[in-house]
Amino acid sequence: MRLEARAELSRSMLVAAPFVAIAATLAIAAAFVAWAGAPVGRTYALIFDGGFGSRFAWSETLTRATPLILTGLAAAVAFRARLYNIGAEGQLYVGALAAIAVGGLHGGTGFELPAAVLHPAMLVAAMAAGALLMLVPALLKTRLGVDEVVTTLLLNFIALLFVSMMLDGPMKDPMAMGWPQSVALQDTLELAKLIERTRVHTGLLYAIALAVLLWGLFRYTTFGFEARAVGANARAAAFAGVPVQRTVVVVALLSGALAGLAGAIEVAGRTGYVTLDMSPGYGYSGIVIAMLAGLNPLGVVAAAIFVAGILVGADSMSRGVAVPTYIADVIVSVALLSMLVATAFARYRLRWN
Amino acid sequence: MIDAIAAMLVNADFWSAVLRIATPLIFGTLGVLLCERAGVLNLGIEGIMVAGALMGWLAVYLGASLWAGVLVAALTGAVFGVLHGVLTVPLALSQHVAGLAITLFATSVSYYAYRVSFPNVTTPPTVQTFAEMSWLPLAVLDKQTPLTLLALVLVPVIGWVLYRTPVGLAIRMVGENPAAAEGQGLNVNAIRIGAIVCGSALMGVAGAFLTLSAFNAFFINMVNGRGWICVALVVFASWRPGKALAGALLFAFFDALQLRVQQVAGDGLPYQVYLMLPYVLSIVALILVARRAAYPQALMRPYRKGER
Repeated sequence: MRLEARAELSRSMLVAAPFVAIAATLAIAAAFVAWAGAPVGRTYALIFDGGFGSRFAWSETLTRATPLILTGLAAAVAFRARLYNIGAEGQLYVGALAAIAVGGLHGGTGFELPAAVLHPAMLVAAMAAGALLMLVPALLKTRLGVDEVVTTLLLNFIALLFVSMMLDGPMKDPMAMGWPQSVALQDTLELAKLIERTRVHTGLLYAIALAVLLWGLFRYTTFGFEARAVGANARAAAFAGVPVQRTVVVVALLSGALAGLAGAIEVAGRTGYVTLDMSPGYGYSGIVIAMLAGLNPLGVVAAAIFVAGILVGADSMSRGVAVPTYIADVIVSVALLSMLVATAFARYRLRWN
Repeated sequence: MIDAIAAMLVNADFWSAVLRIATPLIFGTLGVLLCERAGVLNLGIEGIMVAGALMGWLAVYLGASLWAGVLVAALTGAVFGVLHGVLTVPLALSQHVAGLAITLFATSVSYYAYRVSFPNVTTPPTVQTFAEMSWLPLAVLDKQTPLTLLALVLVPVIGWVLYRTPVGLAIRMVGENPAAAEGQGLNVNAIRIGAIVCGSALMGVAGAFLTLSAFNAFFINMVNGRGWICVALVVFASWRPGKALAGALLFAFFDALQLRVQQVAGDGLPYQVYLMLPYVLSIVALILVARRAAYPQALMRPYRKGER
């Protein structure tokens, strides 16, 4: 048995692949739902209703999608240059912490600056914090050849412990009754609501704007071309005069900054302070979203909304039928596996000799 | 405080703890080592450990013997190994991505299965775990369970298989130069998949140690990055089983040390600093060996017949 690259990529097969993957996902996840003893059709209907079925459902889904778009972009940008940044979770948390460090109510005062100055400063600080955390593995990779997967993964644990330390120490909210929670963000820095009486905030616009911007960056600029070239074949890129190491470091900084920004946007748009459970794995979900989107920044927006809808829908579904909410993670991971296999078969054909 | 630490270092209890912490890392590191020696990165380890921990424990909970539980965990690992093998070897998908996908899949399916099996438990159900080998006349080893002994025995066994048998030579060959292996009439894909399946089975056993020996129940998040540590340890060990054992013991030594220094030192430093230590040390270890890391030459390179 072996695989043979298809001589001509058929456009219709490449377009059909995601639909085949979704069908396979629904079929496999149905088996899991049936195993829990719940009616499959009703469970799916409840998930869909909870995620996309009403104005409220859409508002919750879009709220959840906002950080996911940003972490998805963080992964997509890095993976394009074949830099495997698995550290978005830690970068998101240090970004959130930096946002509070700049814009939090320290002892009731905070920085005595107008919001027009403090708001961008907060976002920049969060991006810088995320980028800085990603700079370590990037330099270790380019200078010493240390594999970035392991270092970024390990840095997640270090970053989370650091955040926990700050929430117990200098940034602890004295009013939180011993609960590990940071001081609150100043009211003036909170992001405005996009739709009245919902939680959707202007962070969504930032996220979508960045997706469009990055799409353009990768498609139309020299830097984007260089990053793609490094990802496609680093040796060939170096031979053609692309500054490979510099490109990798810049991509790393960009990726870390996007994840850090996700943290600031969550703080300013939704939570108002940092807790240790503010992200239920947004950093890791970002990787799935980037892969589902085929590393295309615009696709990331769609994939993030899809994943967010499943997560939100599963939450509301579990109140109706006895299926654990972990079904959402099962659906998303099966979707990723099916997508990988479906696109592989769109590009290769199986030969049995 | 120095005295207290010195006293601790001659205490048999301390070294028992080191060996206990090291055991899942030894299984896991040997598992990763087998996969990578055949040229395939397996980032599925974190999730495979979760699945092994759950399935091994569940089998024992449902009445199987402890060793049958270990076998179930190994088989669970092997099943995910087959999946990873198919994705990365014949389908030649990115090994990073496939591994992460397996971790997400194995973890979410395990948590889902646990919740479906035990919908309304407040305290996690427990099983009777492996007993300590108190019949052994050796000071530190008599506080361990047979699984630790198995881990320690596996190190020379895998070393012997890799360096002294035709199978081991074949595994190393497909990891270094698959084209040459093909030229010798070896089936590169079959050998790679076989190595991944065996390695993943060991990862499953690594998980089962947690639920059948270290603890007596299954918890969400119980693996907590141990799998990723194993991936780092393999690089630190230059892909050699003996050094892998040394690396796992060294890591466990620092982990046990930080726990105890934390108790001795009192309120000096935030406790998080101590908890960070093992992760920081893993990164430092990677940096130290980076310059002379002897990666298997074909690691992460899919092989297709007739392509260069």
